Amino acid sequence: MVSGLINANPIIYEKKERRARPTPTFTDDGAAEPIDQQEIFDHIRDIKDPEHPYSLEELKVINEDAIEVDDQHSYVRVTFTPTVEHCSMATVIGLCLRVKLMRSLPSRYKVDIIVAPGSHSTEAAVNKQLNDKERVAAALENPNLLDMVDECLAPSFG
Amino acid sequence: MAKLDQLTRHIESYVDSSATPAQQVASMDAIGNLVKDNALTLEALVRELGMYLTTTDDIIRARGIHLLAEVLARIESKPLDIATVHSLITFFKDRLADWRALRGALVGCLAMIRRKSNVGVVTDSDAKAVAQSFLENLQVQSLGQHDRNLCFELLNALLELYSDAVSSLGEDLVYGICGAVDAEKDPECLMLAFHCVESLARLYPDPSGILANFAADIFEILESYFPIHFTHPGGGHIHVQREELSRALMSAFSSMPFLEPFVIPLLIEKLSSSLLSAKVDSLKYLKACSSKYGAERMANHARAIWSSLKDAISTYLEEPVFSFTSKPIVGVNFQKNEIVTEALSLLQLLIRQNSGLLVSLIIDDEDVNMVFNSIACHEKYNDIPVQGKQKLHVIGRILYVTAKTSFSSCNLVFQSLFSRMMDALGFSMREINSLPTDNMLPPTGVKFGFLYLCIELLSGCRDLIAVSEEQGLSCDFEHETFCNMLNHISSSLFSAFGSSLSSSADNHLDPDIYIGVKGLQILAMFPGDTFPITKLLFENILRKFMSVITEDFNKTILWKAALKALVHIGSFIHKFHESEKAKSYRSFVVEKIVELLSLDDTTMPFPLKLEALSDIGMTGVMHMLRVLQELEGTVFANLSMIFVHRNLRSSETVVQLLECFSDKLLPWIHENGCSEEPVVHFAVEIWSQIGICMGFSVPFEAKGLLGAIMKVMKLAVGYCSVESQNIIIKKAYDILSSHTSFQFKELEGSPLVPGQYDVSDRDKWVLSIFASAVIAVFPQTCIPNERIVLHLFIITLLRGVVSVAQALGSMINKMISKSEVTETSSDLTLEEAVDIVFNTKIYGKIFSQTYQGNDAVLTDLCLGVGTDTSLQINAICGLSWLGKGLLLRGHEKIKDVTMILLKCLSLGTKSALPLIQDSQEETCMKNLDPLVMKCAADAFHILLSDSEDCLNRKFHARIRPLYKQRFFSSMMPIFLQLISKSHSSTSRSALYRAFAHIISDTPLIVVLSEAKKLIPILLDCLSMLTEDIQDKDMLYGLLLVFSGILTERNGHEAVAENIRIIINGMIRLVEYSHKSLVRETAIQCLVAMSEMPHAQIYPMRSQVLKAISRALDDKKRAVRLEAVKCRQAWA
Repeated sequence: MVSGLINANPIIYEKKERRARPTPTFTDDGAAEPIDQQEIFDHIRDIKDPEHPYSLEELKVINEDAIEVDDQHSYVRVTFTPTVEHCSMATVIGLCLRVKLMRSLPSRYKVDIIVAPGSHSTEAAVNKQLNDKERVAAALENPNLLDMVDECLAPSFG
Repeated sequence: MAKLDQLTRHIESYVDSSATPAQQVASMDAIGNLVKDNALTLEALVRELGMYLTTTDDIIRARGIHLLAEVLARIESKPLDIATVHSLITFFKDRLADWRALRGALVGCLAMIRRKSNVGVVTDSDAKAVAQSFLENLQVQSLGQHDRNLCFELLNALLELYSDAVSSLGEDLVYGICGAVDAEKDPECLMLAFHCVESLARLYPDPSGILANFAADIFEILESYFPIHFTHPGGGHIHVQREELSRALMSAFSSMPFLEPFVIPLLIEKLSSSLLSAKVDSLKYLKACSSKYGAERMANHARAIWSSLKDAISTYLEEPVFSFTSKPIVGVNFQKNEIVTEALSLLQLLIRQNSGLLVSLIIDDEDVNMVFNSIACHEKYNDIPVQGKQKLHVIGRILYVTAKTSFSSCNLVFQSLFSRMMDALGFSMREINSLPTDNMLPPTGVKFGFLYLCIELLSGCRDLIAVSEEQGLSCDFEHETFCNMLNHISSSLFSAFGSSLSSSADNHLDPDIYIGVKGLQILAMFPGDTFPITKLLFENILRKFMSVITEDFNKTILWKAALKALVHIGSFIHKFHESEKAKSYRSFVVEKIVELLSLDDTTMPFPLKLEALSDIGMTGVMHMLRVLQELEGTVFANLSMIFVHRNLRSSETVVQLLECFSDKLLPWIHENGCSEEPVVHFAVEIWSQIGICMGFSVPFEAKGLLGAIMKVMKLAVGYCSVESQNIIIKKAYDILSSHTSFQFKELEGSPLVPGQYDVSDRDKWVLSIFASAVIAVFPQTCIPNERIVLHLFIITLLRGVVSVAQALGSMINKMISKSEVTETSSDLTLEEAVDIVFNTKIYGKIFSQTYQGNDAVLTDLCLGVGTDTSLQINAICGLSWLGKGLLLRGHEKIKDVTMILLKCLSLGTKSALPLIQDSQEETCMKNLDPLVMKCAADAFHILLSDSEDCLNRKFHARIRPLYKQRFFSSMMPIFLQLISKSHSSTSRSALYRAFAHIISDTPLIVVLSEAKKLIPILLDCLSMLTEDIQDKDMLYGLLLVFSGILTERNGHEAVAENIRIIINGMIRLVEYSHKSLVRETAIQCLVAMSEMPHAQIYPMRSQVLKAISRALDDKKRAVRLEAVKCRQAWA
């Protein structure tokens, strides 16, 4: 039924260099370091694309500027851009992003995952599916889907 | 006959096709040994083989021949007579025609051909016959890999050992070898094949001879191999590396000059290949070929090579690094790139071969001219567009190489380009000739581009001169055009470079500043006293830099660059310290810098003065001596200011001076083998000053003065030799005994009465400085009146002077023991000293008003005979340094010391201490102050940790190898027992504390071997340490040991038994709020735990996940990241 890849020949972009954070001095051991854009990006940049052996960062599905964080109000929004408009993998990618953030962020956070406006043919449907708690939970009960998600997430726990 | 039977059995087992290869080899070896030991003649062997060699069964015949051949290969060093050799080689030669049994024939021929001349060799005619037979009968490329390999080996052997015999074969030989090599693909065979071709070239070197007729064919065969590229690198088991094979092909190519019309165009073409290795290879091949083919042949291709070289350099040359710290000192620094390096060295080779042609190519090149025209309109580096910069750097590099290659090329490039550049800069060569003025600024603004090219050119010709001087070539520079030109133009260049210094702003390392400083530096670093750079100009350059140093200290970068340049010039000039220029350097730089120090002007910041002083000092021994002299003077002038006039501002100065001395100058003096005389003088002089000032009350405590003096004293003494140390110590002792209020006479007797006089603060300081000198001496150095010094130390350490305790430990550590004493000397032996330390009575009254008993010794004070807690703590501290001295040298008295410390830890639980019950039980009953217990526990840290202050290699301590291991294994059982039996919580926690110190200071590998017993106690220690915030660093140290145990494979078994308590302990530590590193490490430990058997850790899973989900919200990022990993590991 599945005939070939959805996007057989995606464009690969270069990885951004990992910014080294200034090493905290010992005097401010008590100072808080709030969760920020870069930290969220570091969580999700290495997620593998479901189709190709490349990371979402290399395919420019996600980038740092498309992440919104508000640590005080415990809110994160990740906007991602599927490589092709009719990409049926968009939901899987979104699910991966959600699961990864679910596992990496404190439980107080509310996470929104949305497709970049205009980048997908069934944008509304995908967004609805990704942000519906029940449907996400149901999806994760499907062992095949869960395996797939776990496989994609594996490289991001480096 | 038994032998014959044996032989037959061996032969049969070899020929039998069902035998295993191992058996065959064994029987072959057996036969070989028989022949070698003369137990069997060859003749007999051949006769015995008989049928096997001639039978019509192909397989058996092949094996028979192979057996004979292998036997021959094994007896290569056994002498054979001519007739035997002849008949054998004839046999094998004939068998070459027998393709079914070829292997044996090849091995046999090879074995015969390779025989050494002293054991009977094949004659020339036989060898020629072999070669003929080979060429007639063998189709090499139709054979298997191993046989081909043998074929090429045979060919190589023939070409090398019988070159005369086979050379007469002429075209047949060439043709045959070409046929054999053609289309070969196996790397090992190719190695040999290339070598064959090379030998062939050596055989027919005539450029119009036989081989040359085949040039096109040979090239066609070899061409297809270039560039060598393995499609499956590392695949299979190829024993030949790409580089080796490439080298073999390279020597094959370069061995035949007549291939030039074919090879060079190919190489030039491959230079533009997209494969990086192909480019590098082409450059290397071109280099090899040029040097072998000779200038004349290469001249045909010079233009083509030049243009592709230029392209290669332009593509791969990166931005230069404008920095003064990196190498090279003279030239401009570029990132290393293999292609650029190879290309430039090829260019250098070509220029050396044919300088006229190449230089004219460079000069007339349109790119070069374009760059010259385009840079004329930009004044600053940053004005030049990116592409222009790139081209500028390329041309610069090329000019550098051209100038540095030879005198003729240097002359040529100076005559043409340099004069053009000077014209462009506004100095006309002719004008200057007629009108030599010192300070001629160019009429137009200085153009950066030209200055940049000047630098490259100048550094090139400087290198040229320096190299030719080093090689001892007596060159007459005055007759070289470039030197004359340089000599004429140098003062204009000076003003041009100088003007770019003053004009630029100081924000980052501006290339314009770099150019100016670098240019001046290169000019100053030309060898020779007067020519091409005159002494006057040299002095002007130094003056220019010095004006930057003294005036432009606000422009940090310019200042640093100028200082660095002066340092480079200084170290260069110091090599010729008799020369005129060196003298000018001393008077213009060293003296001026030294003057800065004594001048009391406050405009220039003092730290900068010191930086300049120390950097210039470190350029050479002579400069250092001068700097030291001045530094010493300033230090003492300021010291007397402090002592006499109580001038506190001076004390700040002195501290900085002393720090500079101990941190920078002393290590340099030590490393560079400078004489230690000034150091000794310095140290002695400090003591004299102390002696003089004793009449006044000295504010030693002010601004770290005491610490600085102690540090200098320690290091100075530590770097000196034994004799010098003796001098310093004697002086110190004299001052101590004559200028302090310690009454040395009374110190000889016992009991010691420390309380009779109060030690004044001033005496305490002087004693501390004396102690720091004692800390650093060699064991051989003699300390006067050791008994009194020991007594003095014992008394004063009770007053809480830590450095005295350290000195006492050092003295004990370095004492010579009775068994080592060779002659009767007045020195104390170790045994006597230990006796003094442990058994000298101290007058009872001083430590207790109520205590009516006898006088006590040091150890009693540790146990608290008195009521004075601070006295007890001081005693324990002293004892611990003493113990460290003993421990390091492995003295058995350390046992007593540790027992006393342990007693302090666990007093009140005497029943737990069967090991140390003695007469002092009554004192044990007292309640212990927790402070004392803590101090005793921390004593173990002193015992085991590596101290920077004393008792280390730098200060010549005697350190027995593995002392930590030994101590750990002797202490562990005692502690385990004490801890299990101790009931009071205070003593238990003190024991934990001491034990934690021991564990964290012992090498992990030792702790690992005892992991099983230690884990529960370690966890208790960890939880005890969480109670006090002040222990957080100790907690972290111990946790690191613990995580070491968890992650080590050997530790797993021990961990498996304690999974539950470990996980619970770590979960508690994840919440530790005072140190984020502790939380992080605890989570890492949990990750390590997740690898334990699933069934055992599963019950803990939910607990861990709960703890980790809290850690996900930690305020520290590093902790959160670890938590994410941990959660994944446990999910």
